[in-house]
Amino acid sequence: MPEPKQPEKLIDDKGLRIDGRRLDELRPIKLEVGVLDKADGSAYIEQGKNKILAAVYGPREAHPKHIAMPERAVIRCRYHMAPFSVDERKSPAPSRREMELSKVIRESLEPVVLTDLYPRTTIDVFVEVLQSDGGSRCAGITAASLALADAGIPMREMVAACAVGKIQGKLALDLSDAEDKYGEADIPVALVPNAGLVTLLQMDGHLTLSEFEHGFSMALDACKTLHGMQRDALKKKYATMREAPEEREEAEVVA
Amino acid sequence: MVLVAEPKQVVAPGELLAEGDHLLGDNAYRLGTKIFSDSIGILEIDGNRVFVVPLKGGYIPRAGDLVAGRIVDIGLSGWSVDIRAPYEAMLPASETPGPRGPRRRDLSTSFDVGDMVLAEILAFDRTRDPLLTVKGPGLGKVASGRVVEISAAKIPRLIGRKGSMISMLKKETDCQITVGQNGVVLVWGKSPDAERVAVEAIYMVEREAHTRGLTDRIRDMISRSKMVEQVAGTQTA
Repeated sequence: MPEPKQPEKLIDDKGLRIDGRRLDELRPIKLEVGVLDKADGSAYIEQGKNKILAAVYGPREAHPKHIAMPERAVIRCRYHMAPFSVDERKSPAPSRREMELSKVIRESLEPVVLTDLYPRTTIDVFVEVLQSDGGSRCAGITAASLALADAGIPMREMVAACAVGKIQGKLALDLSDAEDKYGEADIPVALVPNAGLVTLLQMDGHLTLSEFEHGFSMALDACKTLHGMQRDALKKKYATMREAPEEREEAEVVA
Repeated sequence: MVLVAEPKQVVAPGELLAEGDHLLGDNAYRLGTKIFSDSIGILEIDGNRVFVVPLKGGYIPRAGDLVAGRIVDIGLSGWSVDIRAPYEAMLPASETPGPRGPRRRDLSTSFDVGDMVLAEILAFDRTRDPLLTVKGPGLGKVASGRVVEISAAKIPRLIGRKGSMISMLKKETDCQITVGQNGVVLVWGKSPDAERVAVEAIYMVEREAHTRGLTDRIRDMISRSKMVEQVAGTQTA
């Protein structure tokens, strides 16, 4: 893949972005649940060119023992980008950025998991970016909370996350890599919809207060859309399992 | 009191189940006047009580549970047992049948590392690891039979309403089956073939735990495999 050049325009004359989206449009999203057999819970997300796997193990015995908390489970999170996930090989060693993202993903998930049910244990969350295209922390949170739900870990609800940004002076939803690099601002937001809790809010670049407020509400709406998709994806896994044997039975009766 | 979701329906964490003064059962929580699910599972209503039977999840010990586990370590006064829970269980030597008082002999003569034991959970709370006992009828070392490990969340389905599923399995396969609450199932049959059918049936329950009419389908499956074996038997004879 050649190094992406700075596009002349992030928004064309028709008001469409480089990948043909409108300003308030999400990238195409594909969610899959239970893709890994070894993990207690897992999920896979494709959001635009992002391809991210999330795996959850636990609650399990805490090792090393001293990290265990006497009254609740400890959530550990590792966000990691594969060396082949970006144009130039990324060193597989955890970078400063990956450590930060591990921390913010963990903190965005912690408020929803009912950790006090499993004292002295750990819940391990792995977010593995296979292909990166901007907004991977948000896609990672979306996939990780789906994996937590798939693991059967009691949680208040799933967390959905989406970014909003500013390109060529206009607010745009769900920035891609190029828009993030050459745009003016980027705000990742994670939302717990029923509780009305925002568990991740960062910003780089500059926005006026009114731009921020408008952009923030765009991101919240997108999170709600994503949350619905998460729920559908989770239920789909069990719905297909629920229907399949039924159909087979009917077929036998006919035969 | 309004029920929002349909009973017997698959619900996701955070899904609205009911509004009003229902009683909270397992895997449900209240936010204001609304009741939500906290797990992926099947919604059940029992009178006024709303609860969710989870479809996934590991084993959390409870006092009084029957469990099967493997000895992983021998200490000075007891054994450590892996019961497939987030906590390692302790089986103290004082909880084995036999004479009281300080034990002179090596503990490994009773149970050695790698042995399977059937035990009851004597005590467990949030602060201490589960304590086991093998004092009781049928408890102790498992020296024969087959071990089937399934998800602990599927154990209620394997037992069935008032034990309907498990009693059918025992009758139809002609095997003795002991179900550990931790998802370890022990099967003893008169022949390897009988055991194989029972093991297959148990895996089928695990796979299709949340489908309707499962007991009848399992019965069909067992009678079919028995037929196949009879045919195979006459051919070799």
